[in-house]
Amino acid sequence: MTAEIQSNDTSPSAIAKIFKSLGLLRESPIAIFGLSLILFWVILAILAPILPLYDPNAPLEPFKMPLSDARDGGLYWLGTDHKGRDILSRVIFGAQQVLIWATTATAVAYIVGMLMGVVAGYLGGWWDEVISFISNVLLSFPVIVLYIIIITYLGATGFNIVLAVTFASAPGIMRIVRGLVLDLRTRDYIFAAQTRGESAMYIMLVELLPNARGPLIVDACLRLGYTTITIAMLGYLGLGLPPPDPDWGKMIAETQPLGSFAGHMAVVPAAAISSLVLGFNLLADGLREISMKD
Amino acid sequence: MLILAFRRFLSMALIMVIVSFTLFAIFESDKLAVAGKVLGPYSSNEQRELWLENNGYNEPFLERYVSWVGNALTGDFGYSIQYKSPVADVLWPRLGNTAILAGLYMLFMIPLSLTLGVIAGMKEGSIQDRVVSVGSVLTTSVPEFASATFFSAIFVFWLGWLPGTSAMTSGFSWAEIFLPVFVLVMYGFGYTTRMTRASMAEVMTSHYIRTAVLKGIPYRRVIMKHALRNALIAPFTVIILQLNWLLSGVIVVEVFFAYKGFGKLLLDAALFGDIFVIEACTLVAVFVAVFSQFISDIGYTLLNPRIRFT
Repeated sequence: MTAEIQSNDTSPSAIAKIFKSLGLLRESPIAIFGLSLILFWVILAILAPILPLYDPNAPLEPFKMPLSDARDGGLYWLGTDHKGRDILSRVIFGAQQVLIWATTATAVAYIVGMLMGVVAGYLGGWWDEVISFISNVLLSFPVIVLYIIIITYLGATGFNIVLAVTFASAPGIMRIVRGLVLDLRTRDYIFAAQTRGESAMYIMLVELLPNARGPLIVDACLRLGYTTITIAMLGYLGLGLPPPDPDWGKMIAETQPLGSFAGHMAVVPAAAISSLVLGFNLLADGLREISMKD
Repeated sequence: MLILAFRRFLSMALIMVIVSFTLFAIFESDKLAVAGKVLGPYSSNEQRELWLENNGYNEPFLERYVSWVGNALTGDFGYSIQYKSPVADVLWPRLGNTAILAGLYMLFMIPLSLTLGVIAGMKEGSIQDRVVSVGSVLTTSVPEFASATFFSAIFVFWLGWLPGTSAMTSGFSWAEIFLPVFVLVMYGFGYTTRMTRASMAEVMTSHYIRTAVLKGIPYRRVIMKHALRNALIAPFTVIILQLNWLLSGVIVVEVFFAYKGFGKLLLDAALFGDIFVIEACTLVAVFVAVFSQFISDIGYTLLNPRIRFT
């Protein structure tokens, strides 16, 4: 996360800085724990294709409890679901889905929100009026209503989910960035750049945004957690990505009515979501704590 | 004060006009699609044209918008395709059920999170602060559909203490409403707690509290009489603005426990394509959100002793 945002400058000193800021994490055990939870899922998701797992969509033997033997001599670590699909494999492949879409959606929302915020904050005037007004209108929608309208009208595809998350989150990001920029624009280095005759574009992208990154990194972490919840929630409500690919939210929705005799089928994906979101929230908390110390 | 309230009211009205116009444009600019939704996928083009003509859809767009808003204001939201009855007949009872759910949520969440937030914020960095802070991160990391899964696994399937659905088929039941409210409170209280904690911690470092302590006023009295009033202003606005995203939680919980509320009505209508119900629900939802913003703005200025109007 940290590395991603800072790596827009690839000079050796920038790389050294990244290592230094990763070293800072040692100051907060909470941040380390959060980061480990996230890395746990990221590594599983990346390794998913080469791990010795059953096909996540193959119907094997239905309603097997965790740790029961498979017909082919293997082991169902977390059991199988009502259609006989291996739950461990579905949870790991589901992690792939949720991580890919949550990061993409948050990144796109951030690009849009940051551009809106820096333009509104730096150019001011009509730009500010129009952008702030659009944001206020969007913020007056309960987020779930935005999701329902966009997804039922445009269809449940990955692209539309990214679009819906952008509509719902960009106004909030815009507000934060605008506030930061209003503060930063009165700094001396901005006047220096203006006197040098730099273009407004250069000042916004090179001088303002990188200097606003501190609070934004914390916010981005929280938003990643929230977007993870959103994507799983859309899956749960039947507005998520189309089947058959495993999706944590949909796994809960499908198996919830069968909870009376095979509770593990819904509990496993619920625990998976909670642990990943907890990772993002703890990392954000730790990072905030570290930034307050400086 | 009145002038401020009036200005806020105007901006609220303006936002409602824009939002309702946007919604109308999204839902009804394609007339044939509306007719298709109402008459079903197997209706012929002639039938659809006839239906449009009979229902005044061939008027200019703006005129249709104005009469649509007028009807909505008088409580006429059209006819539900799914429930085969006027939308209003379905909408109001459902909204009432959700009001019960949200009201009970507020009733438990507010005292819990204010108390915890004040206890944590009183002594920043103390054990009690640590426990409350970590606890609230933990609970806000478990979304409603996950905690509902955990709690029903424990209380419904394992211990067998509570019913797993809340359809309320034989009248209102406390046993049935317990889990939905509990799940909402578990996810929702953390945010307000953290806001209260931050606000309380800030007040505790201010000069007037230090003065009060140095004057020798008992610590309890300093907290109760001096700190609380200022510390609770910020949480007040947060609590009211929560209504905006409480709706997502309400939808999830209503779907999970089959509770017949407003959220489930909106989701079912969206999945079914029941266009007039979707319109009515989104209008009501946005209205509640905008109105709560209005209340929170006004309340904030009323509560804050640093803002006075003459």
